[in-house]
Amino acid sequence: MMPDVQEFLQIDAPALLAAVLACAACALVGNFLVLRRQGMMGDAVSHAILPGIVGGFLVAGTRETLPMMLGALAAAALAGLLIEAVRRLGRLESGAAMGVVFTVMFAAGVVMIEQASAGGIDLDADCVLYGQLETILWLAPKGWESLGDPAVWAALPREVLTLAAVFALCVALVGLFYKELKITTFDPALASTLGIPAGLFHYGVVLLVAATAIAAFEAVGSILVIAMLIAPPAAARLLTDRLAAQILLSVALGVLAALAGYGAAAFGPMLLGASHSLNAAGMIAVASGLILAVAVLFGPRHGLLGRRRAVGRLRAAPGFVAPEAQKP
Amino acid sequence: MIDPMFEEALRVLTFQSGFNSAVVVAGTAALGLAGGTVGTFLLLRRRALVSDALSHATLPGIAVAFLVGAALGLPERSLPLLLAGAVVSGVVGLLTVQALSRFTRLTEDSAIGAVLSVFFGLGVVLLSVIQNLELGGQAGLKTFILGQTAAMAQGEAIAIGLLAAGAALAVALLFKELRVLAFDPGFAAVQGWPVGALDLVLMGLATLVTVIGLQTVGLILVVALLIIPPAAARFWTDRLPALTVAAAVIGALSGWLGATLSALLPKLPAGAVIVLVAGGFFLLSFLFAPARGLLAAALRQGRLRLTFAERRALTDLLDGQPVEGSVALWLRLRGFTRGNSVLTPAGQTAARAAARDRRLWERFLADYPALLPAHANWGVDPIDSVLPGDMVRLLEERSASS
Repeated sequence: MMPDVQEFLQIDAPALLAAVLACAACALVGNFLVLRRQGMMGDAVSHAILPGIVGGFLVAGTRETLPMMLGALAAAALAGLLIEAVRRLGRLESGAAMGVVFTVMFAAGVVMIEQASAGGIDLDADCVLYGQLETILWLAPKGWESLGDPAVWAALPREVLTLAAVFALCVALVGLFYKELKITTFDPALASTLGIPAGLFHYGVVLLVAATAIAAFEAVGSILVIAMLIAPPAAARLLTDRLAAQILLSVALGVLAALAGYGAAAFGPMLLGASHSLNAAGMIAVASGLILAVAVLFGPRHGLLGRRRAVGRLRAAPGFVAPEAQKP
Repeated sequence: MIDPMFEEALRVLTFQSGFNSAVVVAGTAALGLAGGTVGTFLLLRRRALVSDALSHATLPGIAVAFLVGAALGLPERSLPLLLAGAVVSGVVGLLTVQALSRFTRLTEDSAIGAVLSVFFGLGVVLLSVIQNLELGGQAGLKTFILGQTAAMAQGEAIAIGLLAAGAALAVALLFKELRVLAFDPGFAAVQGWPVGALDLVLMGLATLVTVIGLQTVGLILVVALLIIPPAAARFWTDRLPALTVAAAVIGALSGWLGATLSALLPKLPAGAVIVLVAGGFFLLSFLFAPARGLLAAALRQGRLRLTFAERRALTDLLDGQPVEGSVALWLRLRGFTRGNSVLTPAGQTAARAAARDRRLWERFLADYPALLPAHANWGVDPIDSVLPGDMVRLLEERSASS
């Protein structure tokens, strides 16, 4: 039982587009988090923006996106500053500093939501955690033939347009500063001696991650943002040693996870005869986890099986003496 | 308006407001105490955020346990079954983090982020399955994400309190072993300590605290119980026994005050309030703790600068060089100078002592630079209070002969 074309174009296509764009953007910037050993920064930022979102919502009094995004951006910047202050002035390791800052900010956001709900305001932590992929609708298209009409494309949902803009921004910034990002990621000391401000790029990466996470959380939720920042780049890192290849591969794997996860969530239950669909954001996260698991096991050089095979080849080489036979 | 409120607060704080709320508050305090003690060793072992992966990874286990309970035909949600599921999937998540960071080239932060989000995503998918099945009792499952003390039954609170006390007791019994593990695991391994097993014990205790904290604080924030109290206690002391006790006290106070506040005031979710109270303790410690707090460090540094400037000005005056500005005013206030920067008798004595200190410190640094004690502020501390007497006499002979 497949849904008809109009239903697919109006309900599934915009959600798929949003998921694909969010995953691609997150995977792209996530590469630099994974390589800089800052994987938890995505986690910290995506929790810490909650009070900013609620604050923006309360100040503006509406569910307009702009005030919420500005609030989230302010909260992300505050979180970055606080983490750095606690780490340096308090001389705590960065993991503990992040843990202190993001849990307190998230707790503040939860309390703000509860207090705000007294006035009959409908906003809950769920929409921040899981996103609202299913509510993104594109009412303009009536069938395949209407896709030729520019007016239909102009009516794309705002979430999709925002994500497209953020993805374009990420591509442009990474493309423009590719050389600098590469050298500050792998050898910040050398970068500094060459006159490239490594510290500035550190904050730039964190800020870009924050902006991407904020643009994406509305559509797909903060959990999927964390998964997409880490899992596709980590999988790509196990498959290649070259940065450019890793970045392209991670974006491709992110898109693959989005397509597979959304497909499984939206159409899987129907194929099994159930009537409801599953949570798409969660399913995409699971798909990215499966992709990472495959890379861990079967990566040609860095996967577990690949490494075992390489050891086997070494042992089979002529002239090899097993270590256990070398005992005096 | 305030008075009845205040009396009510006093009753809850002193456990006199009905047996049930007293038990819940006491159970939460015990949870905070256990979080502080276990968290101390996680912090020193630099594993603080591993518990974040652990707590997020409990969600799919809770969901599966609920489905199993429904399949077995249990009438309501059974808490022990759900928590058993949480333990299983939490441990699987934990082992996945360890395996990823040990056997692949991925670093621990990436492993934590990947496990945390993928397991939580799986849990969300399973929750949406449960939602579609329209089974009874499923509304309670969401409380595991953000926590809720109000839902806690008396027996559950007592069980939480006992388990938490057990975790704290285990830390006390294994104190020596955990201490070696926290500070020098390599040395411990060479000495024949079972480092791997001890690590497992520590992570097992963290799992216990996480799982019993799920209901109260929720799985997103339970990690705060393990991180914030020890991080706050770290500003008060450098000694491990004191650190553990301070973290336990801060954790217990956070649980106690947080549960009380949330019981007293409407619309204050317990988990978030407990974390905010702990965050308040952290802020106070960060700013005002005497050992490593910001204010104390600033005061120490200020005093060091002032003493340095004072001694330098005194020796300058002794050499006949003029001293101006705020230092001159300071010397007059101290009674070391009068009139137009003329040394008083007291100033003469202090200036000669400062000049002698400087001369001997310079000789010491030139002759024995390797012997400099680690915490000495050379040039500022009086040399007699830092170096042993025979060394000072030796330096005096050398500087007199040169």
